[in-house]
Amino acid sequence: MATESTNTAETQTGGSGKTIALVLAAVAVVLFILGLMGDYAPEGGGLSIDPMSQFEVSPLFGGDELSWFVPSNVTLWMGIAIAAVAALLVMGTRGRAVIPGRSQSMAELVYGFVHKMVEDVAGKDALPYFPYIFTAFLYIVFANVLGLIPASFTTTSHAAVTVTLALTVFISVTVIGFAKNGVGFLSLFWLTSAPLILRPVLAVIEVILYFARPVSHSVRLFGAIAAGHAVMKVFAGFAGAALIAPLAIAGMVAIYALELLVAVLQAYVFTILTCVYLKDALHPHH
Amino acid sequence: MADDATAAAADAAPGMPQLDITSFPNQIFWLVVTLIAIYLIVSRVAIPRIGAVLAERQGTLTNDLATAEDLKRQAAEAEAAYNQALADARSEAHRIADETRAEIQAELDSAIARADAEIAAKAAESEARIAEIQAGALKSVEAVAGDVAADIAKAVAPGQSVDAKALADAVAARMKG
Repeated sequence: MATESTNTAETQTGGSGKTIALVLAAVAVVLFILGLMGDYAPEGGGLSIDPMSQFEVSPLFGGDELSWFVPSNVTLWMGIAIAAVAALLVMGTRGRAVIPGRSQSMAELVYGFVHKMVEDVAGKDALPYFPYIFTAFLYIVFANVLGLIPASFTTTSHAAVTVTLALTVFISVTVIGFAKNGVGFLSLFWLTSAPLILRPVLAVIEVILYFARPVSHSVRLFGAIAAGHAVMKVFAGFAGAALIAPLAIAGMVAIYALELLVAVLQAYVFTILTCVYLKDALHPHH
Repeated sequence: MADDATAAAADAAPGMPQLDITSFPNQIFWLVVTLIAIYLIVSRVAIPRIGAVLAERQGTLTNDLATAEDLKRQAAEAEAAYNQALADARSEAHRIADETRAEIQAELDSAIARADAEIAAKAAESEARIAEIQAGALKSVEAVAGDVAADIAKAVAPGQSVDAKALADAVAARMKG
């Protein structure tokens, strides 16, 4: 009996390993064809390093007109992010099992991670805002990770997107701060722990810092993602030259691993900063 | 015209497509759509469902722990009852053994007493008979001694008459001796 069960387990792992290998092979073939179709061929034997073309926003179905409602590559990759979120959180939890399976465990893990973050950083009274924070985290983490698929488009590498996200947080938090505390919210800028003479000066600095928040909040995310993708593209361009190709590919692998970390880390940083700002709005007194 | 304009715009911003303002409305619009879609998925389906699952799991765990506690308590009770029964049985056994022992002792005592009494009666009877036999024997000895003395006297002094009374006195005196 025992040997039989081990055998089944082995065949199962072997089966899933085979599936993964097949998927990887299919991805490789698709990417190879994409590469043949793309404009990667160096012209005149020179290196063609164009790290910025990956960030271009273009209409999905041809044409040059990019009006605000035209489906573009932004639409495509945001749609894939929505599908991924739905796959994880809706399909994954379909069983509603008390003893979760793999996908449900993942969904519960993400839920628990963000929920605990909101509760620990911003406090229990911030939990009503948990759905929006969870939404932002999911969008950013999925957009970042999906952006690491070769030939994909990274929606979070654009200032327009991250500034919108950051301004949403900034404006909401400011409104919540005034709605919950009234004028008392301004005590956030009045450091009672500092000597009285210094307080006006510090208040000015605090106000400037407060308005710098959305800038750093948004630039941190899109800067990290865009820079990482540009660096990867540069390495990929150098891989076209036979002499330094091994070095470039090794560098590419290393940078890719780093970018995977950055993708998740930046989503985490954006979310935890949102929680910190929310905490300031709910409890402005230092 | 429009094509030329966008081409010119693209040329004007060769470095960073992120700074190409013409793409902003498109990106922002689709971002808002995406956020609303994810928000609906999260708030309508994911959070209630995962929250319910986690609550149910917590409930199941609490119930299971309570059941385990209950079973443990029951086991302890059963053990106590078992020990009680064991102790009861042991004391009962002791009691029965003691009773039996006392009964046997009493029976033994009465039997011994009866036997003693019987023995005493038998001994008294025997003593009486011995005394009787002894008395009888003394009398016989006296008679035999008298006879022997008369025979001896006849043998020692033949032809001479022996005073029977004197003989008897002499024998009696000797016997007392």
